[in-house]
Amino acid sequence: MTAGLLLHNAWANAPPVSIAGVLVWIVMRSRREPLWAEAYRRLGRSKRALGAIFVLSLCGGIVFLDSLSWQGSRVEEPKTVVDRLFDRPFERTYSEPMGSATVGEVTPHRLLGKHVFGTDSVGKDVFYKVLKGFRTAFAIGGLACLVAVPIAVTLGLSAGYFGGVIDDVVQYTYTVFGSIPDILLIVALVLMLGQGLSSICLAMGLTSWVGLCRLVRGETLKHRDREYVRSARALGASHGRILVVHILPNLLPVIIISVTLLFSGLALYETILAYLGVGVGSNFGSWGNMIDSARDELTRDPSVWWNLAFSSGALLVMVLSLNVLADALRDAIDPRLRTE
Amino acid sequence: MIEPVLDVRDLRTYLKTPRGTAWAVDGVSFTLASGKTRALVGESGCGKSMVALSIVQLLPEPAGFVDSGQVLLEGNDLLDLTWNEMRAHRGRDLAMIFQEPMTSLNPVFTIGNQVAEAVAAHGGSKSHARRRALELLERVGIEAPERVHGQYPHELSGGMRQRAMIAMALANRPKVLIADEPTTALDVTVQAQILALIREIQDEMGMAVLLITHDLGVVAEMADDVSVMYAGHVVESGPVRAIFHHPQHPYTRDLLESLPSRQSRGRDLAVIEGVVPGATDWPTGCRYASRCRFRVDACEASGPPMIARDAAEVRCIRVDAIAQSEATR
Repeated sequence: MTAGLLLHNAWANAPPVSIAGVLVWIVMRSRREPLWAEAYRRLGRSKRALGAIFVLSLCGGIVFLDSLSWQGSRVEEPKTVVDRLFDRPFERTYSEPMGSATVGEVTPHRLLGKHVFGTDSVGKDVFYKVLKGFRTAFAIGGLACLVAVPIAVTLGLSAGYFGGVIDDVVQYTYTVFGSIPDILLIVALVLMLGQGLSSICLAMGLTSWVGLCRLVRGETLKHRDREYVRSARALGASHGRILVVHILPNLLPVIIISVTLLFSGLALYETILAYLGVGVGSNFGSWGNMIDSARDELTRDPSVWWNLAFSSGALLVMVLSLNVLADALRDAIDPRLRTE
Repeated sequence: MIEPVLDVRDLRTYLKTPRGTAWAVDGVSFTLASGKTRALVGESGCGKSMVALSIVQLLPEPAGFVDSGQVLLEGNDLLDLTWNEMRAHRGRDLAMIFQEPMTSLNPVFTIGNQVAEAVAAHGGSKSHARRRALELLERVGIEAPERVHGQYPHELSGGMRQRAMIAMALANRPKVLIADEPTTALDVTVQAQILALIREIQDEMGMAVLLITHDLGVVAEMADDVSVMYAGHVVESGPVRAIFHHPQHPYTRDLLESLPSRQSRGRDLAVIEGVVPGATDWPTGCRYASRCRFRVDACEASGPPMIARDAAEVRCIRVDAIAQSEATR
């Protein structure tokens, strides 16, 4: 492999590696803060939370492996680790779960030589498709949150803190956004921006900030008149400093919990969009696409149910563990349990 | 006469309430000299906290406004300043400590962090801020400052928290410290310690203290001068000895008589009958008239002016008559 190819792969791999690194760094670093250490301790005591974290780290691992790519030679398309390990050649037609691979399997392996989840009506391995769906779900949840959270937090904080005209403007804006049916807005945006992962993330991000914004505004209102904010002011702190240094950290628990829920909600939403035909498009493996294609498969005789079942199952497992985690997080870091 | 560091002249502050405009502070004047303590005494709702908030301009938003008057800090009128100019004064020249040490500290940061934050609010490096924070914590009598530095507010007792608050207020060696009921929420023993600490630091730094309290015991302990407030204005003002030993305004007399003392042992405590009039419509005449023992019809005709008598100033038209009747009795 030439140096140029290595570099090419390094560029492609930089984002996933750095994202994973930042996540690990945040967790390790916050462990040293006594406040968060306490929350981690509580989280560690909850079996539900540990289970959810275990499942989610499995999902995260799949996503990570599916994001690292390498290239055999200059002509070959770059493939991810998951592609290398689990991609199976197309079968001629559908086969049931645990069906043996018949095409292209040079050295039949006990598990890898089988289509564990069967193949769909065009002969593609369902297990592989399910695995590919994780990355899309995480990317959509993550990127849309990346769009929605800054909007929600900035607007919510300033509306709650400054009040007056700013508050009015923000409130009117999110009330208007909230009154337009999300689906309509997303479909319009996707049609405008063109189908694809980034445009759908942008569209979902732009429509999903309302709830969080309302929450942040309310919490800011609550904290604005607290004594500690007043004493910070009496000591000469500026507005920006009070907002970022004093109020925001107090809102973090609430924000973290609702972002966890927002994330799973967004992943769920993608399947609905795919079903409506405005999903990420067929270039990406997504559970939404799988469920969408299952529409035809179920009517066949005999019906091909496994495409639908396993994609929904994966979705269920991910969303369920995210929600369980959000619940456990609420118990672990609720400031009301912590103070006094 | 020495130039006062803080000179408040005819301060008028109102609050917009659903029931109308409440004149919470209605013409308050006093001066505060360097190194001295002035106590602002009065019952709940008389406007003493509003005076403090008007001085630092942190009135409740959006309801509170300063209407007129002057707040001169070393000759500069603070009321003319913009928000940002005022902010530069807060914490550096004027610092304030509040009543509730339980909630006046940010629950999610360590004590050291918050004291350092107060130091850094007016410039300075991080390492300097940390060193200074430790110094300050030690100065306010916290044992093991290294340990407390890393603790969160909920891990400390009320007294410790108030000490930390004082450390934050002292961070930039203010010229004036405004203490709004600094010991009300504390135990009596802790209260005495905190007051002693404020005195000590005041002597050391030569700062002026404006002490706001309803506790006459605290006033006797701490103050050089006293302004007694009633219904939005000062009714009597003077040196602490004069006020305590020779009160002239009927309200001050009643207030002092309502304190339990050795003489009143076994008897029922004296009570001031009636209630403070509402701040939305003050009576035209003397505001204490409805509760006053010495009331005559002239009292309710027009508002009494401040009259200088002996070392003090009194807002009562009958001050001489009352003194005479006392003397003859």
